[in-house]
Amino acid sequence: MTTNPALDAGWVDPPPRQGFFTDTSICIGCKACEVACKEWNAVPDDGMNLLGSSYDNTGALSGSTWRHVAFIEQPVTTVPLGMPSIGLPGQQDGVERTDFRWLMSSDVCKHCTEAACLDVCPTGSLFRTEFGTVVVQEDICNGCGYCVPACPFGVIDKRVGEGVKNEGLAQKCTLCYDRLHDGLTPACAKACPTESIQFGDLDDLRERAAARVEALRDSGIPSARLYGESPDDGVGGLGAFFLLLDEPEVYGLPPDPVVTTRELPAMWKRAGLAAATMLAGAIAVFGAGS
Amino acid sequence: MVPPATFTSYYGRPVLKASPWTDDIPAYLFLGGLAAGSSLLGAGADLTARPGLRRTSRVAALAAISASMAALVHDLGRPSRFANMLRVAKPSSPMSMGTWLLTLYGPMAGLAGAAELPAGRLGRLLAPLARPAGLAAALMAPAVASYTAVLLADTATPAWHEAYRELPFVFVGSAAAASGGLGMLASPVAESGPAQRLAIGGALLELGMERRMERSMGLAAEALHEGRPGRLWRAAERLTALGAVSALGARRSRGCGVLSGAALLSGSACTRFAIFEAGQESARDPRYTVVPQRERLDARLA
Repeated sequence: MTTNPALDAGWVDPPPRQGFFTDTSICIGCKACEVACKEWNAVPDDGMNLLGSSYDNTGALSGSTWRHVAFIEQPVTTVPLGMPSIGLPGQQDGVERTDFRWLMSSDVCKHCTEAACLDVCPTGSLFRTEFGTVVVQEDICNGCGYCVPACPFGVIDKRVGEGVKNEGLAQKCTLCYDRLHDGLTPACAKACPTESIQFGDLDDLRERAAARVEALRDSGIPSARLYGESPDDGVGGLGAFFLLLDEPEVYGLPPDPVVTTRELPAMWKRAGLAAATMLAGAIAVFGAGS
Repeated sequence: MVPPATFTSYYGRPVLKASPWTDDIPAYLFLGGLAAGSSLLGAGADLTARPGLRRTSRVAALAAISASMAALVHDLGRPSRFANMLRVAKPSSPMSMGTWLLTLYGPMAGLAGAAELPAGRLGRLLAPLARPAGLAAALMAPAVASYTAVLLADTATPAWHEAYRELPFVFVGSAAAASGGLGMLASPVAESGPAQRLAIGGALLELGMERRMERSMGLAAEALHEGRPGRLWRAAERLTALGAVSALGARRSRGCGVLSGAALLSGSACTRFAIFEAGQESARDPRYTVVPQRERLDARLA
């Protein structure tokens, strides 16, 4: 059982905290989540690019990309079993044959328990919903951009593009706030054909994830690990957490993120000391000499 | 020298997003600091009967804070929604706190500055308000100069966040140096003593705290030494040192005062742009995000 940030935000009797568990071990890289998100949320086109990074031509999360499927091709050295095998066409003798594995992962806003974007937002546009998620109110955001460098995951961004809807405003995944109100599953999870993206009560998802990672390790995949499931991490746990098969940075995720506002009291203290120094200095320069 | 750390990333792409802020923001950091220091000089000159220094400092504060506000509004994605900043007062948001601070400070600095402008009836009307307004502005000024350090540090941007211990001191030192420099540059030599001392003190504080900051930032300090931010950083250091040395002659020679003022003003601007751009670079390069976090994680797991 974990604390519900909706309670801390002042909601009375909120529903259970909702979230995503993205099990990347069964992601097939179909990008149905990216498409479903764009369609449902009317997120504008963000360019037709060929990035030369495997099948990833999306690049990163942005103001106009709220789901991003990462593709990682890794060489894997296979153990020779002495079986006859077919080499690659034109393969040279003496060149070691390497196999490769393909890691795929659908990234999304983490809906942090301690959300830096929400903490630093000066207008109150970013808010904590009754479902424990973090959402931008687009009619209030004035595009100051402070949430962008505050996010330890590089998720939220100002939407760019001439004349597009909500241009210049901070935009990110809402965990389909509108669909949640009608008891519907968020569009990406609904469209996911392998249930790599699972949606539900966060407590249930955490139990399910613990069982899944256990099962994977037992079946000979020791690299399986959960990312962001622990409420004791630097951001108080993620509302959207992951099962990964390699280190987080391989997927473009920070290995040990900490919400910047944890040190804010210390920062204010230093700024107060500096201000006092300046005031004392100014008094001194008029006191000294002629 | 630390050996170059190896690390893994996703196609070398950034983990973080650099702030979408343009040159408006470092320009504001400089101008806001200049306004704050000038308000302090203006109030001091007012209380110690130095009308020349008072006039230049109050007018400088008015001009600098007006340009600051214009830069801040211009940088918004929706400038017409600036007033949404005033919907809430959030201690967890340095930008919210800063907006309220400027909302209080701006009119006070503006009133004191407006009273110095040649005006007929309006000037006579404002004259009795100038001193209380100038004193109120001076009391808020140190906060105006230092909170901007928290504004930058309260982000995930490595070169800003890791600098949070010393950055407020660097910023108030830079503000004092710039405003003292302007005081020497634009006020009568006979009245420029306080400006000279503020300039030298500010420059020494800034230079000293910068060295300390470079040591405490860890890997992120490298962002201050490479590329364009590195060139700005070295220029800032030299200009500030030159300004502090030439300020020593400012009481005897007008030329020294002018040279010192120009060097300190441009040095302060270079400091702000260097720190701003180093932060942007540190967010774009995944090394600054991944390497320290990986080291921290491995140390904890070990």
